[in-house]
Amino acid sequence: MLIMPAPEPEILSRRDELIARLRDILPAPNLIVDETARRAYECDAFTMYRALPLVVALPETVAQVSAILSLAAEMNVKIVPRGAGTSLSGGSMPLEDGILLGMSKFNRVLEIDYENRCARVQPGVQNLAISRAVEGRGFYYAPDPSSQIACSIGGNVAENAGGVHCLKYGLTTNNILGLEVVLMGGEVIRLGGKHLDSEAYDLLGLMTGSEGLLGVVTEVAVRILQKPAVARGLLVGFQSVAAGARFVGAVIARGIIPGGMEMMDQKTIHAVERFQPCGYPRDAEAIVIVELDGAQAEVDHLVGVVENIARAEGATSTKISHSEAERLQFWAGRKNAFPAVSCIKPDYLCMDGTIPRARLPEVLEGMDEIAKREGLQVANVFHAGDGNLHPLILYDASVPGDVERAERVGFDILRLCVAVGGVLTGEHGVGVEKRDLMGEMFNEADLEQQLRVKCAFDSMNRLNPGKVFPTLHRCAEFGMMHVSGGKTAFPDLPRF
Amino acid sequence: MSVDLATLEICDAREAVEAVREANARNAPLALVGGGTKRRLGRHAPQERELSTRALAGVTLYEPEELVLSARAGTPLREIEELLDAHDQQLAFEPMDYATLYGDTAKGATIGGAIAVNASGPRRIKAGAARDHLLGFHCVTGRGEIVKSGGRVMKNVTGYDLSKLVCGSYGTLALLTEVTLKALPKAETEQTLMVLGLDEAQSVAALRRASGTPNEVSSFAMLPAGAPPLGLAGHTALLRIEGPEISVVTRRDALAASLVTNGERFETLPEAQSRALWRAVRDAAPVACRPGPIWRLSVAPTDGFEAVEALRRAGAPILAHFYDWAGGLVWLGLDDAPDAHAAAVRAAVNALGGHAALIRASEDIRRRVDVFHPQPAPLAALTRRVKESFDPAHVLERGRMREDF
Ligand SMILES: Cc1cc2nc3c(=O)[nH]c(=O)nc-3n(C[C@H](O)[C@H](O)[C@@H](O)COP(=O)(O)OP(=O)(O)OC[C@H]3O[C@@H](n4cnc5c(N)ncnc54)[C@H](O)[C@@H]3O)c2cc1C
Ligand SMILES: Cc1cc2nc3c(=O)[nH]c(=O)nc-3n(C[C@H](O)[C@H](O)[C@H](O)COP(=O)(O)OP(=O)(O)OC[C@H]3O[C@@H](n4cnc5c(N)ncnc54)[C@H](O)[C@@H]3O)c2cc1C
Repeated sequence: MLIMPAPEPEILSRRDELIARLRDILPAPNLIVDETARRAYECDAFTMYRALPLVVALPETVAQVSAILSLAAEMNVKIVPRGAGTSLSGGSMPLEDGILLGMSKFNRVLEIDYENRCARVQPGVQNLAISRAVEGRGFYYAPDPSSQIACSIGGNVAENAGGVHCLKYGLTTNNILGLEVVLMGGEVIRLGGKHLDSEAYDLLGLMTGSEGLLGVVTEVAVRILQKPAVARGLLVGFQSVAAGARFVGAVIARGIIPGGMEMMDQKTIHAVERFQPCGYPRDAEAIVIVELDGAQAEVDHLVGVVENIARAEGATSTKISHSEAERLQFWAGRKNAFPAVSCIKPDYLCMDGTIPRARLPEVLEGMDEIAKREGLQVANVFHAGDGNLHPLILYDASVPGDVERAERVGFDILRLCVAVGGVLTGEHGVGVEKRDLMGEMFNEADLEQQLRVKCAFDSMNRLNPGKVFPTLHRCAEFGMMHVSGGKTAFPDLPRF
Repeated sequence: MSVDLATLEICDAREAVEAVREANARNAPLALVGGGTKRRLGRHAPQERELSTRALAGVTLYEPEELVLSARAGTPLREIEELLDAHDQQLAFEPMDYATLYGDTAKGATIGGAIAVNASGPRRIKAGAARDHLLGFHCVTGRGEIVKSGGRVMKNVTGYDLSKLVCGSYGTLALLTEVTLKALPKAETEQTLMVLGLDEAQSVAALRRASGTPNEVSSFAMLPAGAPPLGLAGHTALLRIEGPEISVVTRRDALAASLVTNGERFETLPEAQSRALWRAVRDAAPVACRPGPIWRLSVAPTDGFEAVEALRRAGAPILAHFYDWAGGLVWLGLDDAPDAHAAAVRAAVNALGGHAALIRASEDIRRRVDVFHPQPAPLAALTRRVKESFDPAHVLERGRMREDF
């Protein structure tokens, strides 16, 4: 299955020297060398693959991060940055010949600037902690991955994390203003700030979603938004997934962008109702939860419009929230969906692809067929508004062959997403999980250009190697050369 | 610009590949031209030849229900806006029309040009910039290779987000051949709340206070006394509210109530006047009609007024100015000077943090003065390596953004 680059014996043999030199940079408690303690870091939330890191470093200052990266560059050692380790694609999976750079000690909110609607935080701060820090004044940070109580803002930047609110409020990339980044040579650069766009390459946008391959984020300036005055929910049942999908399209076609629009299939509805009943219609083949937020008058008006659309699209049931408790009740099942599904089978593989929304019915059908072929089932709960699917492939790790079957189903589902015009990952990242599928979406020239960008940041390929790209050669092999003065003629650029 | 510049018209990506490869072989740099409306933007750096996208035009996909539109790079912006308008949709980033600023009658900015300069209007704070609406693209790099990135769906983290990189790259990385954009619903209606009777500092502060209320103001500008297009006697804070009629009215009233301190007056501009006003703000009309150099400062909203005050203290001759983006975007029209007052402007911005760009000036000045804000050495070096990853021999728009590439 997935093959990681073989550990380089040359690096392994210099472990003692590396540790000795790291001790010059970090106080003893910030360096984990003992095997048992290192075990705690051997995987992230993509638990299928594990590796014991060579050593774990937990810096506390930018100067330490810079010194560690310079040392790694000098000794030619690999570095894997890690936030909270909730990556579902193995983005922070360690390497046996690499330093695991844990950013958990960068956990302070540095500044809250309400006037400029901005907060400066260290990368290890949890996503939800940002909203908590500003909620007293009625503000919040919009991107809300389901993992928000655990995941770090640095990991969010690296994965361009999304969540329920992203349909209306955008992904991480649309909600950050500035970054401080340490490059592989140890240089510290600042991108953006409290201001908006400037006339320069948008390296801030490029860093976002770069999965820890371009630099280590040591500070993040995020936009904070005023909380909408009210939010109301609708819980709509449909006789078929196709009808639910038509409803979602019809709402958007009417010019309404809800704060959230989530869909669940019958398998998930039943699992949720067994796990912790919250009043979902058991007879529906699909439900859609719509949340409208904004000014009271507008929300009340739009709730009526959306209800009418639901009727016109043949909804079998419609509930509208009249209190905050009711609204939260609608969401309770959605929030419990993942644990609830574990009651059907002990294990699941959560995939993540995005498709053009109109193709939803055929893709859901196709996914079912793929799973059946391997004798497995798929449960579905997803961000319907933006076509971001999270099929849960149910399996039992104690049954021989099930893990491989689940992986095959996952790969085929992602291939299907790409075939209908979608992408391999909407928010969880490529990591190691989908690395070998990159060729489904990109041809060689596309990938080579991305690799050249990588080389511009990290010419020795020491930062998080083995992730995202199927193979990574040395930069020289990609014709990445540094021209001075722009005056040198290159009569015939090397091709490969 | 020289008039007898040889222009290559390309009809497809293959022809662009040939042109770029030939440019590499001859070390003869190319200018990339859409409508040619922004030729005076950027450093003065004449290229040997022009590559025109005029023939590379047409909308290739539009699915209103999916909020997605693809077009070849040379498609006139106007054509795209009309098509979207017919479906009550829009490019929410409101790309600016530079014609007012450059006193240019040529109309015909292209979508490729708008993306290449990351053109964004007054709705920037709420709706994002061009960069936030580019979902994917096809291009020909400075190496002469056809490359694509991104896609047509709203959520995508598959590989690096090169869309962000080409937005605002001024044609220095690649020739865009086709772009895929997010389209958004148009608001049913809009009004503008005007706050009158305050001094300059208070008016700018009113913008920031408005941005801290939950009334979903979509644009925040401040025109000093006498500034066109309103030409009112006093300073005027302008707050645009968009949405369904009932919502606009209630939010406007709530907003006015939340802004009352003392001495100010409120007035409302109805839909048609509101639309015309924000088009003028978008196109920098309040500073465009004066001769002389024009600067655009991007700073934290609290620093916009500070920057202007610092320039006044330094004795810089400000002829016209106004604020957008809640005070974070300052347009400045200055009196002529050999360096367009670059030293004073840069000093003011550097003290606060931010970015200053010289948007309009003579060729001579734009040859000698850094048009875009200087970068610290490590960032400048990285920027250059990124440039070279797309265009190692610097054949695209050589010298347009930075002297060293
Ligand atoms: C008389 C005049 C003066 C101007 N002065 C200025 C000025 O001082 N400052 C200023 O900023 N703008 C100025 N402009 C605007 C300038 O023309 C813009 O650069 C222009 O891009 C706007 O859109 P367009 O289609 O006209 O693009 P063009 O003007 O044709 O090109 C704008 C930029 O986008 C790039 N570009 C265009 N198409 C593509 C593509 N397909 N792929 C990649 N890159 C592409 C070009 O290389 C260029 O850097 C001026 C325009 C005119 C007509
Ligand atoms: C139950 C559950 C639900 C989830 N729901 C969502 C969801 O709704 N939406 C969503 O988008 N994701 C979701 N995720 C995935 C995950 O939470 C996100 O990808 C998150 O952004 C990872 O953050 P982290 O701090 O845990 O990063 P890690 O897992 O530690 O690292 C992720 C990547 O970021 C890099 N990285 C971390 N910190 C830095 C830094 N400071 N500088 C540079 N690179 C760094 C790592 O190298 C790695 O490549 C979910 C995960 C779980 C377990």
